[in-house]
Amino acid sequence: MRHSLLHAALPVLLTLTVACGGGTPAQQEGEAAPEALITLDGSSTVFPIAEAVAEEYGKANPDVRTPTVGISGTGGGFQKFCRGETDISNASRPIRPAEIEACKTAGIEYIEVPIAYDGLAIVVNPKNTWATTITVAELRTLWAPEAQGKVMRWNQVRASWPNRDIRLFGAGVDSGTYDYFTEATVGKEGASRGDFTSSEDDNVIVQGVSSDELALGFLPLAYVEQNRERLKLVPVEDGKPDNGAGPITPTAETVRNGTYQPLSRPLFVYISRKAADRPEVQTFVEMFFSRTDLTQEVGYIELTPQIYDLARKHFADRKTGTAFGEGGSKVGMTLEALLAREK
Amino acid sequence: MIEATLARSAATARRRLLDICFPVLALGILCAALAALGALIADVWGDGASRLSWDFMTGFPSRRAADAGIWHALTGSVFIILLTGALAVPIGVATAIYLEEYARRGLWSKIIEINITNLAAVPSIIYGLLGLGLFVRALAMGRSVLAGASTLALLVLPVIILSTREALRAVPGSIREGSYALGATKWQTVWYQVLPVALPGILTGTILALSRAIGETAPLITIGALTFVAFAPDGIWSPFTVLPIQIFNWVSRPQQEFQVNAAAGIIVLLVLLLTMNATAIWLRDRFQKKLT
Repeated sequence: MRHSLLHAALPVLLTLTVACGGGTPAQQEGEAAPEALITLDGSSTVFPIAEAVAEEYGKANPDVRTPTVGISGTGGGFQKFCRGETDISNASRPIRPAEIEACKTAGIEYIEVPIAYDGLAIVVNPKNTWATTITVAELRTLWAPEAQGKVMRWNQVRASWPNRDIRLFGAGVDSGTYDYFTEATVGKEGASRGDFTSSEDDNVIVQGVSSDELALGFLPLAYVEQNRERLKLVPVEDGKPDNGAGPITPTAETVRNGTYQPLSRPLFVYISRKAADRPEVQTFVEMFFSRTDLTQEVGYIELTPQIYDLARKHFADRKTGTAFGEGGSKVGMTLEALLAREK
Repeated sequence: MIEATLARSAATARRRLLDICFPVLALGILCAALAALGALIADVWGDGASRLSWDFMTGFPSRRAADAGIWHALTGSVFIILLTGALAVPIGVATAIYLEEYARRGLWSKIIEINITNLAAVPSIIYGLLGLGLFVRALAMGRSVLAGASTLALLVLPVIILSTREALRAVPGSIREGSYALGATKWQTVWYQVLPVALPGILTGTILALSRAIGETAPLITIGALTFVAFAPDGIWSPFTVLPIQIFNWVSRPQQEFQVNAAAGIIVLLVLLLTMNATAIWLRDRFQKKLT
């Protein structure tokens, strides 16, 4: 009689295995699913917008599966996108030559549309009384690759600052935020010192800076807006009087009118040409243009209506490729100028 | 003479003292460990209990903390763990039976044995990379529940094999010999005599292994489990997310309300884990009693 127990247990396991492992019906179901499901991946900076739009799309279309959004960083997102694993890639910088090449090799065509502005903010701890402004040159001194292990104290950046340790926080090297920051300050995309606390997750940087009096970090403006009392914004002086004289504090206004330079930038989504023919993708993408209230709600700065119209037309015409000829981050160029140049 | 007696009684006193000291020390350490666990649970409960509600349990992710729920991640975790068990247990137990009962002791079985032991200690992220290359890409499973469960199955397999072998080894030789003496074949002996006796041990090992799997985040993130999935997985090819990933996502958001959600999520994960373990212990005790 004792074996009856075992006999009761094993068939259950075997049935489970067969039911789950064999499953032809499930497979057929699975083949239909990717068509209906919209998949997004990429930048953690763009994630809040994509998440909000996906959520609202799901609410408005209860019979369609809500789009999924992953966070792999802009670079990681393009890797998946150019393998054909996702429909839409979220990017906080334009696609790069290597990525253009990868997509081309795989035969993936894409439509590039701007969806919002983002400002990168330089932040310090609220207890920091000395850092009231910073210049781009000082940022370069601080973040350049040759500063590694050498520029370790505040007074090495500006003589009037205290002779105390400086602790740096910034976006992880896979993120578009990092690429953009290095291009804008150091002058070369992807070049910086390595001895700073880095994270792909912007919230980790918020945590770090808000708990360390001697910290300095860079962050998307959106995260600062949501953590006003935990962080202090440092106005940035770019030394070019023609786009606003003196140090400029990042705000929606200064980002949109192009005076907060060089640390403000447009954000993009790249839509696979193949996916663009699916009606549900069209409805979804349209929401990026029409639901700008969502963009504001999650802390980004909406584009001007003219640019949204241009982007909409872009998508409707299935205009593939990138407006950024050589690819990579372009510092200090307004979208109006870019889109106009393209015509 | 007197001095010698005194010395002896002093030595005895020291021995007695040591005898008392050790259990006190052990008890102290046990209490410290339990206190840490208790403090953790109390802290999480204090933070998250207020957020636990039917809406939270059955809700889907949202950018607004108050609307966010956990149904997608809970079903994802349960689905993943059931599938992981279904994949890993039969293979693991069969491997252990082969190695323990059939394989000849030699160089090969030594090598296999060492490898399995080593695999049990490989960091989980390595399994994630293997899963990404093998299941997600080479076998084209995509970022599906099946790919996730297969990866976790690989992760827990060595533990299941090792504990099953231990359980089989603990079966008294006299049972096997008795079975052979009555003319049973090797298969009959294993199936009708050895396995039932070893079952409680096998179950314990399996539970420990699956409990580890349910808390795993790194390998699943590596294979591409997603951050925002607003539906419950509805098949083995469905995209998915799991509780630890959802909790991590909430913890890493700046808004305080999401920290509360994370605490509530941790409570759900702990309850799921404790339920799993309790069920397993109950099953084990049931089998044990009937067998003896």
